[in-house]
Amino acid sequence: MNRFAQLLDRLGFEPSRTGKLRLMTEYFKTAPDPERGYALAALAGALSFQYAKPALIRGLIAKRVDPYLFALSYDYVGDLAETAALLWPAAPASADQSAPAHRLTGPPSLSEVVQSLATLGKADLPRQLAIWLDALDETGRWALLKLITGSLRVGVSSALAKASVAALGGQTGVAVEDLWHGLAPPYLDLFAWLEGRADRPAASNPAPFFPAMLAHAIEARDFETLDPAQFCAEWKWDGIRVQAVSGADSSGRNIARIYSRSGEDLSAAFPDLIECLAQSPAAGFALDGELLIRRGGKIEPFSILQQRLNRKTVSAKMLAEFPAHIRAYDLLWSETEDLRPLPFLERRARLEALVSARGEPRLDLSTLIPFASWPELAQARQDPLAYGAGADVGAVEGVMLKRAASGYLQGRPKGHWYKWKRDPWNVDAVLMYAQRGHGKRSSLYSDYTFGVWRSGSQGPELVPVGKAYFGFTDAELAKLDHFVRNNTTNRFGPVREIDHHPARGLVLEIAFEGLNRSSRHRSGLAMRFPRIARIRWDKPAAEADAIETLEALLTPKLGPG
Amino acid sequence: MAAALVALTPIGLYCPGGNFYIDPLRPVPRALITHGHSDHARPGHGSVLATRETLAIMGLRCGQDFAGAVQIAALGEKLKISDVEVSFHPAGHVLGSAQIRLSHAGRTLVASGDYKREPDPTCLPFEPIPCDLFISEATFGLPVFRHPPASREIDRLLASLKTFPDRTHLVGAYALGKAQRVIALLRAAGYDRPIYLHGAMEKITEFYAREGADIGAVRKAEARDGDLAGEIVICPPGSLQDAWSRRFKDPVAAFASGWMRVRARARQRGVELPLVISDHADWDELCATIRETDCARLLVTHGEADALTHWAQGQGLEAEPLRIAGYGEEDMASQEEASA
Ligand SMILES: [Zn+2]
Ligand SMILES: [Zn+2]
Repeated sequence: MNRFAQLLDRLGFEPSRTGKLRLMTEYFKTAPDPERGYALAALAGALSFQYAKPALIRGLIAKRVDPYLFALSYDYVGDLAETAALLWPAAPASADQSAPAHRLTGPPSLSEVVQSLATLGKADLPRQLAIWLDALDETGRWALLKLITGSLRVGVSSALAKASVAALGGQTGVAVEDLWHGLAPPYLDLFAWLEGRADRPAASNPAPFFPAMLAHAIEARDFETLDPAQFCAEWKWDGIRVQAVSGADSSGRNIARIYSRSGEDLSAAFPDLIECLAQSPAAGFALDGELLIRRGGKIEPFSILQQRLNRKTVSAKMLAEFPAHIRAYDLLWSETEDLRPLPFLERRARLEALVSARGEPRLDLSTLIPFASWPELAQARQDPLAYGAGADVGAVEGVMLKRAASGYLQGRPKGHWYKWKRDPWNVDAVLMYAQRGHGKRSSLYSDYTFGVWRSGSQGPELVPVGKAYFGFTDAELAKLDHFVRNNTTNRFGPVREIDHHPARGLVLEIAFEGLNRSSRHRSGLAMRFPRIARIRWDKPAAEADAIETLEALLTPKLGPG
Repeated sequence: MAAALVALTPIGLYCPGGNFYIDPLRPVPRALITHGHSDHARPGHGSVLATRETLAIMGLRCGQDFAGAVQIAALGEKLKISDVEVSFHPAGHVLGSAQIRLSHAGRTLVASGDYKREPDPTCLPFEPIPCDLFISEATFGLPVFRHPPASREIDRLLASLKTFPDRTHLVGAYALGKAQRVIALLRAAGYDRPIYLHGAMEKITEFYAREGADIGAVRKAEARDGDLAGEIVICPPGSLQDAWSRRFKDPVAAFASGWMRVRARARQRGVELPLVISDHADWDELCATIRETDCARLLVTHGEADALTHWAQGQGLEAEPLRIAGYGEEDMASQEEASA
């Protein structure tokens, strides 16, 4: 476990993809079976056990550490698992916790942890966990607590983990991907094949992932060189870019899978879509599209989709409340034919035929936007309603340009696809509350609630209109954190109220993508994707915007309401 | 009573009986200096009493005319200033670092300065001094700070060099003390390649070598591109992210500091390889040291005072924080240093 913990620790700090790959490959090269197999499963998100709740960790640490010292420490570190790992006493704190026999055993292996978790009853978990924590070093404790709470978050996708293990045998991640669904932890057969000790495992994936084609953000000067006649345009839908794949396994049964654009298997979260995709006819296909929520005859904005994504388990109620939908952009594979070399327009014709043949309500086409010139497309981008986006306008986040003659090329090749996002709106708001962030910002005040002025019974008052978590540099964050700590006027649990007096408050220029009416917010408004565009150290809070400025933006074409 | 032995003033600890300050923040007629870090050792005092090494370091950093007059304090030797007895004792923090003991009318006070308990090949070990009143630093005064053995962190650095033999390993380290300790630890671990230095730490490192630290071959990191692949380069922490570091192709940014114990702090600074190597006592060392001094009263400076005072009160000591603004965290100080 300690070696795996060191790997996780290092991965969490390594920013580059190639660096991460090398760290993992190095680990797989040197760690023994079955340890490395369980490590691969953990990194690829292929482990399944009942995750422990934060309350369990709090309970264990409360028995061992003075509550005041715990509170100061947690406030400083900001992350519960890390605080507990650092605070855990080096020697067992009290005799009743672990029998002497256990103290003699060394640190647990990852295999032991994973196998025990799969069979351990809920009531036995705290005791077992305490024994493990006693035996591990700080990094080991941190990794164990992250593992059992299901929050590794070291910036490794399933695809990256597979690519790193594939490198052991000079294979590509796609080759491992093809086998993946026939394999199970600890993957002894996979390692044996990659190390040339055995044949390739027989299982092959009836519904494999195809590396995705990605777009560049368009820049003003691109329009001077690009010929509008050579491009098709479609709406850029604000959901999750996915690949939906279906194929027959060796027994002839249809298998469908949904992958993220990086190859993460999302199928378990969308049984509603999987069921519809696995239906015959036209079993063999791979299509590229956007995963969205469609209800009441229209596509919902991203904020609604997010409510479904936020849940860890898929309940019947959620399936009914947030019906998933795929809006198709492209067709990569059909039956036995690889369509990727074909030009976009030809693939598009095949896609139209497939979608209409299936006639499923959960699957439809992303329509093309007719345009003759760049200025005309610019107009469509500003006013999607007038250019055919209809009731779905709330989910449009810009337009996509695709070269009509281009094949489907993996990666982000230059000159073929462009995304042209809608311009953000800006408003000057005043910082009202701050909270510590998560992950790397967990010890800094990085979540900001901001408000705009409205007239109250006693003159102008601020009403909160949104929260922003990003848009600033690390240096700016350090300054903001300092400002928060020095200008706190009140505390409500983890939330600090910041001095927002008209003369002393801090003005934040907020950029956002859209605005909806919302009964859940005191202001009656909900911003989409707000972030800090600039910190206006220079501007007096009294000169920030008023709610009327936002109300004026609420024209029918911006939101569904 | 002991309280009369020192008083807290806006420029630092003042001893009225001897009319001197300890580590004052602004120029004063007479200063006793615990060690050469820039937040403790400032230029411009009328006279300075400090260890020979600390005086030499101040001369290197601030110029030879850093004070009107200087006097060497030999470790353990008892001096009289008016009727206050003064002595300096090793603090184990950096080369020349000392605690300052004051005694008057049967009462004894020890001002720890900065200190640590882990053995350090580049300086003398801390000596616990019995006293009535102990003034302890608490830079890492939270129980989450438990430093691992420094040799283990050096092993991690060497393991990373093996995994990434084509990447320069840039190690951010405070120019006085940490940098030379890291070098000496690398030598102790058998690393015998030349170690490359940022210009800001050359002079001090030469001084350490003259004083007998095992520094081995060191070279200045020149502005050539990419040819230090697979080498160790030591620089002030502030240089890890600035323009200077961009001369190295795809470097691994390491940072040797006790702050690296907390992941968020390390990520915040863009560090890829945090090395938990500290020249300050960790929580367990602070608690053990306070017990060993057998003091009845504790004053806590530098950093996280609340937790340590809470702990000490729980041990039956009279304890309170002593708030002196101006002693920086070591990595803050090194930011200034980097530009020098
Ligand atoms: Zn110091
Ligand atoms: Zn200091």
